[in-house]
Amino acid sequence: MDNSPSTTKKSYQKIAQQQERKRPILKNCIYAFFFGGLICTIGQGISTFYMYFFDFTEQTVGNPTTATLIFITMLLTGFGVYDHIAQFAGAGTAVPVTGFGNAVISAAIEHRSEGFVQGVGGNMFKLAGSVILFGVFSAFVVALIKTILLEWGVI
Amino acid sequence: MLRGKQTWEFENRPTIISTGITGGPFEAKGNLTATFDQLYNDLRLEQNSFEQAHQLLLESACQHALRKSNITKEAVQFLIAGDLINQITPTSFTARTYQIPYIGTFSACATSMESLALAANLINSNNANYVLTGSSSHNAAVEKQFRYPTEYGGQKPPTAQWTVTGAGVGLLANKGDGPKVTSATIGKVVDMGMTDPFNMGEAMAPAAIDTIATHLMDRGIDASYYDCIITGDLAEIGRSIALELAKQKNILLNTDTFLDCGLMLYKKDQQVFAGASGSGCSAVVTYGHLINQLNDKKLNKILVVATGALLSPLTVQQKQSIPCIAHAVSIENGGR
Repeated sequence: MDNSPSTTKKSYQKIAQQQERKRPILKNCIYAFFFGGLICTIGQGISTFYMYFFDFTEQTVGNPTTATLIFITMLLTGFGVYDHIAQFAGAGTAVPVTGFGNAVISAAIEHRSEGFVQGVGGNMFKLAGSVILFGVFSAFVVALIKTILLEWGVI
Repeated sequence: MLRGKQTWEFENRPTIISTGITGGPFEAKGNLTATFDQLYNDLRLEQNSFEQAHQLLLESACQHALRKSNITKEAVQFLIAGDLINQITPTSFTARTYQIPYIGTFSACATSMESLALAANLINSNNANYVLTGSSSHNAAVEKQFRYPTEYGGQKPPTAQWTVTGAGVGLLANKGDGPKVTSATIGKVVDMGMTDPFNMGEAMAPAAIDTIATHLMDRGIDASYYDCIITGDLAEIGRSIALELAKQKNILLNTDTFLDCGLMLYKKDQQVFAGASGSGCSAVVTYGHLINQLNDKKLNKILVVATGALLSPLTVQQKQSIPCIAHAVSIENGGR
């Protein structure tokens, strides 16, 4: 019986790769497309509702629509439904604002046991914090480029 | 007595005289429900936090083991146990409750067999008459530490595993009726450079085979000596890799008798991806289903090889590979 560590790392990686189970990328993409589309359709419905029944225009309806979607996400996350939907929907539920809402809300619920300040407050943006940071930073970079190009008269 | 390189043989036959098994709501829908002493309907076990629920799982498992044996906790010399939570607090807090002299252990998901090996050694060397040993894990408490918040909607890949909510405890004695712990092999840390924390089976399989190979060589026996060789939580991918590695090392493992605790605990329709994992996984299946099978003489000689991935969320983020370990303990009826 050979008991020396004869299997080198490289040959092991080959064996492991043969048994590897790939993510079903095509299926995930199709699910993401339809779930993401469904959420956007609901969002559009909410927008239309606000414009039809309340004093909103196409320019101003974005904020109340986002808030409503986040509110629905909060309920679905709190009742433990959202993560089950997300397992099927993948990027479909992660990319829209609902995914961002879920990241914040789930962290807030999770760390409630450590108190409001150090628990909820300190951990709420644990996952979503980097989205805010890099979102703001890339907006800054794009704005900077636009300003420079405007100064030079390129655009 | 040391046999070979890293195996202890226990000539005084430490006996597992009773066990205690507890589980959560997901386990209550599983495949081995009849083997649990207590199943909780609430994931939080009506506690204030998942961590406290984790502690209660172990506390009540200990209680069931003591109750079934009619041994008082004062008669127990040592508690040897561990879990996956930082600083193994659920286990240490249980030791606070029970006031039994305590040795805390950690080998990630291999903690159950590390603890059993040490407990058997203490009994075998007459350094204890009764030792309580076991391991536990809680899905939400462990996920919180190693992954994302429980309700976070992250899509898990098919290679991921499901952390067991449960505790398994065994009471070892120097005499009495029950299956005997006959030997134990303490594993080496094996690292094949795997880095995917969502594919633990792949990282742990080489450690399992290394320990199995060493165990068989140290004891001078064939894999066919055992009715079953049961790994801790390799799950589907790890198990198929382990079979492939065994073939390369000329260890004849029979696919029917090479089992995995991670594939036994849940039903097929429960979404656990590649299989179950967690330090409670091997403990619950070993002290529950497997000990029952030994007591019923359906199995007579088994080797339990618990596997553990010794990573932390920090080492994963710092792009370190995943070191793994496996500890093997043989449990037999009547001894060798």
